[in-house]
Amino acid sequence: MTDDEARTLNAWCECLIPEDSDPGAKRAGVVRYIDIQLTKKFKRHRKLYAQAVEALNLLARRGYSQEFAALPLEARTELLQQFEKGPDRAAFSLVLDHTMQGYYGNPRHGGNANYASWRMLGVPLVPVRGRLLYSIAPAEPKGAQS
Amino acid sequence: MSLPLVDAVIVGAGAGGPIVAKQLTHAGWRVVLLERGKWYTPWDGLKDDLRNQRNSTLGNPFGPEDEGNPRVVVELDGTKRIVAPWEPGYSNNAGCVGGGTVSYGAMAWRYHPNDFRMASQYGVPAGSTLADWPVSYEDLAPYYEQAEWELGVSGDESNNPFKGPRRKPLPMPPVAPQGREHEILDKAARRLGLHPFHIPMLRNSAPYNGRPACMRCRWCVGFACEVDAKNGTQNTVLPTALGTGLLELRTECQAREITSDERGRATGVRYFDRNGEGWEQPARVVVSSCGAIESARLLLNSANRAFPKGLGNRHDWVGRNLQGHTYTGAFGLFDEIMYDDLGPGASIAICDYNHGTPGLRGGGALCNEFIRLPYQFVGMRDPGVPRWGQAYKDWMRQAYRRIIAIQGPTQEMPVFESRAQLDPEVRDRFGIPVVRLSGPKHDHTIEISDVQAKRAEDWLKAAGAVQTWQKRAGKGTSGGQHQAGTCRMGNDPQTSVVDPHQRVHDIDNVFVVDAGVHVTNGGFNPVLTIMALAYRAGEYIAQSGLKPRA
Repeated sequence: MTDDEARTLNAWCECLIPEDSDPGAKRAGVVRYIDIQLTKKFKRHRKLYAQAVEALNLLARRGYSQEFAALPLEARTELLQQFEKGPDRAAFSLVLDHTMQGYYGNPRHGGNANYASWRMLGVPLVPVRGRLLYSIAPAEPKGAQS
Repeated sequence: MSLPLVDAVIVGAGAGGPIVAKQLTHAGWRVVLLERGKWYTPWDGLKDDLRNQRNSTLGNPFGPEDEGNPRVVVELDGTKRIVAPWEPGYSNNAGCVGGGTVSYGAMAWRYHPNDFRMASQYGVPAGSTLADWPVSYEDLAPYYEQAEWELGVSGDESNNPFKGPRRKPLPMPPVAPQGREHEILDKAARRLGLHPFHIPMLRNSAPYNGRPACMRCRWCVGFACEVDAKNGTQNTVLPTALGTGLLELRTECQAREITSDERGRATGVRYFDRNGEGWEQPARVVVSSCGAIESARLLLNSANRAFPKGLGNRHDWVGRNLQGHTYTGAFGLFDEIMYDDLGPGASIAICDYNHGTPGLRGGGALCNEFIRLPYQFVGMRDPGVPRWGQAYKDWMRQAYRRIIAIQGPTQEMPVFESRAQLDPEVRDRFGIPVVRLSGPKHDHTIEISDVQAKRAEDWLKAAGAVQTWQKRAGKGTSGGQHQAGTCRMGNDPQTSVVDPHQRVHDIDNVFVVDAGVHVTNGGFNPVLTIMALAYRAGEYIAQSGLKPRA
């Protein structure tokens, strides 16, 4: 992915999962996840990504005379709502799926940086319960004790 | 290259093959077991929510390998796709020693006595090949028991009045303590007049067979058990069979075809090893235990002069009646936190709706769902919530720990046009023709599964869910991990592939031992039935006289 593509995609994914008290897609490394997978399992989606990014920028230039990534969140969200229903809706759904994978999936694959989403949901970070007793894991995420 | 003759060659080391291997080696047979995959440990497949046998977004850790093992899927609208094992529609189970039993959720159901007589019970709906099994629950009961005790099953069905008669209890009590979901759903079911009980599972709740009890982690279905508390064939019957010294297990060997003499009698199996080198293993008996789809493929790829359309396929029944389970259910959102991080999660079931609803031909068990990892939860969205943006993120945060999911496998009405056949063009990495999957589910299957979804929703409402929504099923080709039906068992060679002892009609030394022989697939996970049939077939083969007395 080129820097320009990554910038657009980051702005795109951040609308799908925006930052609030917990990290959004950008800080969680969703685009890093996608970029890595485009060299592996998602190889055949490369062209589709390039086309979708271009189509979204075209829409932004037409509506706001600016690149998509330069727009504020509200304008980007509005554009994506159009995009979601337009001729590129298959690409939109694919990017949405990949974004969810990169945000909620295992950090091993490049996304979900520092287990951002697992901390948000209150899922204990250690894979096996009993291991909490041996404090070999990072501190308990917030909300994990109920 | 040809190898020395053995008494039997078994293709496939999944749920069925190793049990037959155990039965035969214990009767003194020399056996070769071919497996296309590797023998993995839990550390070969990490605790990875994007790469496991249940969610193969980024691949299958327990096979088959991503490259070189394509299948062809024909959508209902006629669109043809070539798919890899990790892609939707492939109907993958696993490709490794132990097969699906390495990474399954391990529910260990006996089918209901009525599951074996669906046609005589309900009549055959138009457009279905629904039929009775040629064997009954009573025929299988002793072998169910053998599977339960040799592999190890925990659970407690004493509150299930719908179960078939059993002689011995399960060897282990349910895993304890039960989770929060279990307590809440148990009370609600009883209030509704239903009969909740503890799901039987091939999972140790106490040390058994020298392996420890379940440690209750959340990485269960789709993953190999790190402490080996899940009982598959790879850690029970297979080591037992190898211990006889009479079994040779050859991994990473892909069967090409069953070889035959001029009269169509099997002489052995031709296969490729990991280096692509071709071998021929001569044997007195050949057992195909590749799973419903791959067993059909092997028979179809083994055409000869006596069986020009494939072994056992004189009447075009091989690969037909492909079934799986139509899973439907519901989700309920609760005010209180339900998530307790206690695996395996699934623990409570009801069988009140397997049979006996006027107008419906059967039904299925309903169970609470396995513990959910965050990414799996993404697909469980309330349809009223936007699928992205701040509202979706807020919903995830609010709902993830407050949800109970209930679902169940609806027993399907078999359809003759739902099938696995050879694709005329696409081949695997060894040049062997691959299968093409096509055909719809029966309308009545969908009808039953919709009712089941509603029942799941009612149960959740009774449990106090503040919001509920259903998960329904489409008509697309069935199969999946519960694939069955492609080598139907029956008395009549014109309408079935194998006889009641799982011997291919008209060939005295070829047997099919996997869910392919299931006439119907029960309203339950199929593995214990595959195992029971394997014990029964193994015993039969050992006594068949096909191996000359020494």
